[in-house]
Amino acid sequence: MAELLLIARLAGRRVAFPASAVEAVVELEGLTPVPRAAAHVAGLSALRSRVLTVIDGSASLEFGGSSALREAIVVPSDGHTYAILVEEVEDVVEPSAPAQPVKAPLGPGWDRVASAMIEAEGELYLLIDPHALIAGPAAHAA
Amino acid sequence: MDELINDFIAETREMLQALSGAIVAWEAHPGDAARLDEIFRFVHTVKGNCGFFDLPRLAQLSHAAEGALAEVRAGTRAADTHLVNAVLAVIDRIGELVQALETGESIASEDDEQLIAALSPDAAAPAPAQEMGPAQEPEQRKSLRSIRLSVDLLDRMMSGVSDAVLARNELARRLRDAPPDVEVEAAFERVSQCIAEIRDSITRTRMQRIDSLFAGLPRMVRDLAAELGRQVRLEADGGDVELDREMIEMIRDPLTHIVRNAIDHGIERPEERAKAGKPAAGTLKVSARQAGNQILIEVADDGRGIDGEALVRKAKAAGLVTGEQAERMTGAQRNALVFMPGLSTAGEVTAISGRGVGMDVVRANIERIGGVVDLDSRASQGVKLCIRVPLTLTIIPALTVSAGGQVFAIPRSAIDEILRVGGDAVSFDQVGEARIATVRGRRMPMLTLCELLGLAPVASEGERRVILMRPAGGDAYALNVAAVHDHEELVVKPAAPAVMAAGLYAGTTLADDGSPILLLDPSGVAKVAGLGSEENDRAALLAPAATAEAARETSLLLFRTLDGARRAVPVALVERIEDVPAASIQRSAGRLRVVLGEAILPLAGVEAAPEEGKLRILRLTDGAAALAYGFAEVIDIRAVALDVQPASAPGEVSGVALIDGEQVEMLDPYWLFSAHGEAAPDRGVQPVCALPEGDPWMENMLRPMLEGLGYRIVAAREGVEADVVIQSAESEPTETKAGQVLRIRSHPDGEGDDSIYRYDRAGLLSALAQRAKGGANG
Repeated sequence: MAELLLIARLAGRRVAFPASAVEAVVELEGLTPVPRAAAHVAGLSALRSRVLTVIDGSASLEFGGSSALREAIVVPSDGHTYAILVEEVEDVVEPSAPAQPVKAPLGPGWDRVASAMIEAEGELYLLIDPHALIAGPAAHAA
Repeated sequence: MDELINDFIAETREMLQALSGAIVAWEAHPGDAARLDEIFRFVHTVKGNCGFFDLPRLAQLSHAAEGALAEVRAGTRAADTHLVNAVLAVIDRIGELVQALETGESIASEDDEQLIAALSPDAAAPAPAQEMGPAQEPEQRKSLRSIRLSVDLLDRMMSGVSDAVLARNELARRLRDAPPDVEVEAAFERVSQCIAEIRDSITRTRMQRIDSLFAGLPRMVRDLAAELGRQVRLEADGGDVELDREMIEMIRDPLTHIVRNAIDHGIERPEERAKAGKPAAGTLKVSARQAGNQILIEVADDGRGIDGEALVRKAKAAGLVTGEQAERMTGAQRNALVFMPGLSTAGEVTAISGRGVGMDVVRANIERIGGVVDLDSRASQGVKLCIRVPLTLTIIPALTVSAGGQVFAIPRSAIDEILRVGGDAVSFDQVGEARIATVRGRRMPMLTLCELLGLAPVASEGERRVILMRPAGGDAYALNVAAVHDHEELVVKPAAPAVMAAGLYAGTTLADDGSPILLLDPSGVAKVAGLGSEENDRAALLAPAATAEAARETSLLLFRTLDGARRAVPVALVERIEDVPAASIQRSAGRLRVVLGEAILPLAGVEAAPEEGKLRILRLTDGAAALAYGFAEVIDIRAVALDVQPASAPGEVSGVALIDGEQVEMLDPYWLFSAHGEAAPDRGVQPVCALPEGDPWMENMLRPMLEGLGYRIVAAREGVEADVVIQSAESEPTETKAGQVLRIRSHPDGEGDDSIYRYDRAGLLSALAQRAKGGANG
């Protein structure tokens, strides 16, 4: 069986996250800002007594922050747990074909976090690497 | 003792396993000196341990083998096959005995003699029977009582339990908000208790006796002393103190270095010592003890002490201090130069120490784990170095502060003092774009936390405070925050790399209300703010290096009472500061009490319950009992060497001290707890009171009251020893010691005699006290 996909709206686009990388979808309660941290770090939040580092997905793509968001997908990465803010989480679907490389330029921002597209239920989605989103723009430059 | 025996068994078995290779190799090449040394060390260790445990058979065997091997090492005897076999037979027997020790079975001792005899050079051919030993080894090994775990697994367990504690706290919060349900609460209590127990035992699994750190010292000291031509007697003490495994590893190198230094630089050569009138052998004392949630490790030598003058000369030569600074330095500050990078008093560079990398690294390493190094040096009497480290790395005491409307935590270890802005103790100057705080003549840069963090100040925040920071391996600075909230023990988790990248934070933790709090990294803050170390006053940096003087300093919480008096209480006694609503304060059962969470505490420092609003209280604890002390505001936290003028009469205040030119009353916690505390009276010094038997009033009314006062009640009979003897005025007086009898009458009127009316409580109490005192003196 192919890996399930989590479809969400990020920076105005519908994108797919590999569901295996996602631990949960949550509505964040409260956000503690982290002063002087990288722009894509929206702050800290608590989930069942764990501290989540909240990543602003849109800011990570350098499309500007979107402070009003509360819905987030929880992604464990490298021993820490992150919550990636998205505009909306839509659905979990099964892909109809394996991921394929995108042969066209994805545009700034997107090209750092994705390299493939995937088809599900008749639509094509960009397959996002959540870890690249977490790393943010600085990590790519370095 | 059982535990020690188990340790010994496990250790010996491990050594045997490790040794098996060496035994084989030695058998093949009896001339191999390295193998010989290894085996010698083994029997030597076993011998030492046996002496400790009183295991005569093992001691005899290992002693015999050690003797034979020593001869080989000294070259007076060749390691022939015969000897090798004999030694191996002894080692095998040691293995058997150790296993027997564990399983509790016994092994016949007859052929021990034979084995020992076989070791002697003129022994006949080895007895063939001994070779059979290992083959007959019974397979009925008792299941092992200890197993080895990877520290990694322990860490995972520990973090799992920390999570469970936090989850429990969250559940507690939810339960408080929900309608009360007795059954749910009872179940929750059980869960809480289980979690507490698990946490406790897992914390203990991470603990290791500091012995493991001390074990290597005798050998090291012996080798160093031999190499350097010194005679050193090592005294290690407190090896049973337990410390987090991780901490032990962190301390190992610094401790090694300190010991090396003490032998290389501290302890003089025997001839020098003789000239100075000291015994030829120097003494090196290494001791560990636990004090609260800290471990103190002391290394003291009786050598020549640190040459402060030489240090100053070197520091001047190296351009680390100016001549003027050197002039102003106190002896302690001069000695503290030892911790400066690139300085060493060693005349020549030796292989052991004196390469100028040393004490500065020691201090940096200790401070990195939240510890402190104190130095006390007396010329020609020796040096005492004291390392203080926290028990664990995961739970750290911290102060919560706010800035720009957000709460942050600061590790307590980096905080020197908390000052009020606008107080006399501190003044500020603007120098260019920089601000300088002057605290009692000490100048240091001042940072404003909300500016540094780029947060907008919030006008409504409380009174501004300045925290004097002394970060690990950096210069002191003042940090201006909007408000200081509370001292807390925080379970700190590492923050995500993206957060750490800011360079300001040391980790994250959760507040009681479940919101995340960032733990500031004091040296990171200084670095981000651009505080370099070179433009700062080095003498000032060195000043806080604690000396003997500082060791006597007490950390005090200064506060203002409700009627405006300045008072102080040792910080160690303050569990936390809380605001309680007036509604939770009530006069009940004869005194003011306050409800705090689930507990009712006696309330002192307040005459009457406030009408409305909130009361700020200090929650004081003596370790067992707790009480609340109402006050108006916190003035400061200060470390001071106290010179207290005692109060004229015992009471809430034990005396008065001069702090910053003002009189500050010292709260007497002893009196407070004895007057207000509800702990059981000390049974050790109970006065004894003899009561006549069969009087219902005395039995039912007086007895409970006396017991409540801490008296031990005995029946009044002939020859009973008591401090006070109670008699009824209506009965015939009996013969007793003078001044000991307290006669009680049942009617209010009854002039003319020395009896006291039974409901005259004050009269009774004073008469009792008088007689108890007389009885104690007589």
